[in-house]
Amino acid sequence: MTSVARDLPASPGVETRSIGGHRRARVRRRLFSRGLLYVAATGLALWVLAPIYLITITAFSPRPVVYGYPKEVIPSQFSTDTISFFANATGVLPSLWRSVLVAVVTLVASTIIGAPAGYAIARFAFRGRNAFRLTVLSTRAFPIVILSIPLAVTFIDWGIYDTVWSVALMHTALALPFTILITSSIFVGVPKDLEEAALTLGCTPATAFLRVVLPLALPGLAAASIFTFVLSWNEVFAAVILTLRERTLPALVLSQLNDSPIPFRFAAAWFMMAPSLLFIFVIRRYLLGLWGRVSR
Amino acid sequence: MAEIRLEGITKVFDKKVRAVDDVDLTVADQEFMVLLGPSGCGKTTLMRMIAGLEYPEHGRVLIGGRDVTDLPPRKRRIAMVFQSYAVFPHLTVFENIAFGLRMQRTPKAEVTRRVEGAADLVQLTPYLGRYSAQLSGGQRQRVAVARAIVMNPAVLLMDEPLSNLDALLRLTFRAELKRLVAELKTTTIYVTHDQVEAMSLGDRVAVMREGKVVQVGTPMAVYDRPATQFVGSFIGSPPMNFLRGRTERENGYARVHLGAEALTIPALPARTDGEVLVGIRAENVVAEATPTPGAIAARTEVVEPLGSHLLVTAIVGDQRLKIQARTDFPAQPDTPLWLRPEPDKLRWYDPATGQEIAAG
Amino acid sequence: MRAQRLGWAPYALLLPSLAFLAVFFAVPMVRAFGLAFRDAGGDWTLASWRTMVDDAGFREALRTTLILIVLIIPVQFVLAMAMALVVNARLKWSGLWLYVYAIPLGISELAAGIIWLAIFDRQGWLNSILEGIGILDRPFIFLNYQERGWLIFAIVLAEAWRATSIIMIILVAGLQGIPRDFFEAADVFGATTWQKVRRVILPMLRPSVQVALILRTILAFQAFAVVIALAGSGTTVLSAEAYRWYYTIRDSHVAAAYAALILLLSVACTVLFLVLLPTREEQMG
Repeated sequence: MTSVARDLPASPGVETRSIGGHRRARVRRRLFSRGLLYVAATGLALWVLAPIYLITITAFSPRPVVYGYPKEVIPSQFSTDTISFFANATGVLPSLWRSVLVAVVTLVASTIIGAPAGYAIARFAFRGRNAFRLTVLSTRAFPIVILSIPLAVTFIDWGIYDTVWSVALMHTALALPFTILITSSIFVGVPKDLEEAALTLGCTPATAFLRVVLPLALPGLAAASIFTFVLSWNEVFAAVILTLRERTLPALVLSQLNDSPIPFRFAAAWFMMAPSLLFIFVIRRYLLGLWGRVSR
Repeated sequence: MAEIRLEGITKVFDKKVRAVDDVDLTVADQEFMVLLGPSGCGKTTLMRMIAGLEYPEHGRVLIGGRDVTDLPPRKRRIAMVFQSYAVFPHLTVFENIAFGLRMQRTPKAEVTRRVEGAADLVQLTPYLGRYSAQLSGGQRQRVAVARAIVMNPAVLLMDEPLSNLDALLRLTFRAELKRLVAELKTTTIYVTHDQVEAMSLGDRVAVMREGKVVQVGTPMAVYDRPATQFVGSFIGSPPMNFLRGRTERENGYARVHLGAEALTIPALPARTDGEVLVGIRAENVVAEATPTPGAIAARTEVVEPLGSHLLVTAIVGDQRLKIQARTDFPAQPDTPLWLRPEPDKLRWYDPATGQEIAAG
Repeated sequence: MRAQRLGWAPYALLLPSLAFLAVFFAVPMVRAFGLAFRDAGGDWTLASWRTMVDDAGFREALRTTLILIVLIIPVQFVLAMAMALVVNARLKWSGLWLYVYAIPLGISELAAGIIWLAIFDRQGWLNSILEGIGILDRPFIFLNYQERGWLIFAIVLAEAWRATSIIMIILVAGLQGIPRDFFEAADVFGATTWQKVRRVILPMLRPSVQVALILRTILAFQAFAVVIALAGSGTTVLSAEAYRWYYTIRDSHVAAAYAALILLLSVACTVLFLVLLPTREEQMG
């Protein structure tokens, strides 16, 4: 009973028994709660991963299996039949291309428009800085719904309704507040000293930005861009309101949802999900920085 | 090589904080000037205005006789070493040092030659291919120095360049820096809050407090004759002792009453009468174990053996002072001792303003 | 006094954003209210609101939206807090746990809805598994349009699955802002895990919780694709009604009224959370 405690030099002899006992109990409790934590961690991971696993094996089963019942948790055959059925369905490939186009335009436009503002917030102390920050933050309270409907009317007036441009503009507006806040936190992360050092070494403010700030901010900016891409890639409400024939992929899937066969839907879900998985994996190190800090 | 002149420089932050308040300062060509002061005294802001990283609300900055007040840093022929070193993490040591030369579109061969020369001067040659993350703090500091000196600037600015190093390294680098700057003969301004650094490096020291320059002088002069009580207590370890006293003149002699004790001295500054602050450095007080003529009675409170000498905290009346005693001095807490200040080392201050009362 | 150099620079940098936000946020906002409160001729009227309220779908949509919010948000918070504590516990492979829990962050509402459709479908995974282990002897029809309870249950699970990640990330970021000394101090005083959560973690996480609550509630009012994917026409929510009025019925005035209602509810909830959960500065101010 006391042998453990005797090895501990700091324990005074008299109280060895009780301290050793407590300590052992505590160690046991610690190990137990550690174990419990791993169980919880695994349970939560399964909760997240199981649906992804199930949709993946569904999407890669042949169509008869997708229609079949009961389904097998361990798939017996692998097939791209369902996926290619989806990919070859009318309108899917063009809409896929449109989705990519919209997302790329969105990320480029929101970065070009938003990053300078992010930089200004990060580097300059100017009158109205806080007011601007608050305005940007508060745009979050405006639902996509309330923007989409009047913008649809506006875009009809402008003659760009039912084009990828209308969706891209809308998505840029949605992404812009995030871009501004995220880029500002990225630029804050580049020490001001480095920029000033560049200024003392012969740079103009512009060359200091290009040669020092930009290279250092680039990984963060890339992560933010990927996030913007995912945001646009996933967005469906505005896309379905602002287009009729020129559907993006989610808009196409949504508008045909209740008339489409089951394999089409499941393959579509997997198809929409897969790039996001990859992208989140690529930017996993930046997640906390991007989201956590911005939402303060 | 250039002289720096600051004329009436004032910097106000947020419309109310006077970070730098009407500073006039001239740094001679090739001089090593240290700006010394506690944090928040405006020394870094003053340096940044010389660099062009901040702009003053009032006043002018002249470098080599040219008014650069409105010029951006790149047009001032300055180079700066930052406290954080600000080594560009995305560039190699070579590219860091070459950065400024490349901005000037220096021919390639000359860049290589000068970078290698500068690297050699600070013993960085083996590390030219490395990135900042692969360097120690001391090596980064050298990169920052090399990057500045390779530019052959008219003025070299250094903002606490040693403060992020550990104590031992700081000592080595201090001497190295002094040698380097002496070799280069560049006009240098060096900001620090460390008075030892200031004393050891500077040709002259400008002591700053609350945005103002309180005293400018050689390290020895500033140490020996602090212009204010603040300078006396900021410079030196232990700080200068300041004792409240009352003066009295009596047929050619003068006397200072320190509580019940009185000290007779040959002369007083002309303008003293009544209440004064008497300043005296610890090493300028002789401790006696027995009553001695010209000494005042005191009591030992604390004895700190410091190897080369003893630091004794003594109490005179109700005032404390620290004195240096030889290691063989028989000091014991709570025993009496007698203190004999060297008369020509006594300094006199106005208790109301803390300003020195000039000798008469 | 001399002008600060480049004093105009920050404003120049903000200009594109401000212009863009004005055209694509401010103007549409005003126009949305214009659409909602005016008729086709441009006269002020509450006709669209009356049409909206009198419509058969309105009460169903409002009720379902509110029920979903009331159910989804607490479930998400408990899950997110559990995930955040696991991530913060410094287990082995802590980066892996964070990544796994963050995966749904990239999954759209629509995809999540269909994924859970694959589970709750009559021939789906849930029935397959339940029958496989002998709990059911024939498939149960979960997504029965007569059976609103199961529909809502499925939607709640799908949303809890998808949108917990964002709360988790916000909470983890908040937890990492709490100095570890606090936990160690709590350990020294013999606090149990539950006490630590209640007395140390939750109070210090208050700002993060507030942000996450507001963000999630605003997004939950916009739940749309997940409902359509899982419930079809079995139930409806406010956004889906806005879409239906715009797209199927082609009445943008009523659609705008729905949109305005969603905005007003979002703002009301935001204010409610700000009042109910004051962060420290607000308490002092």
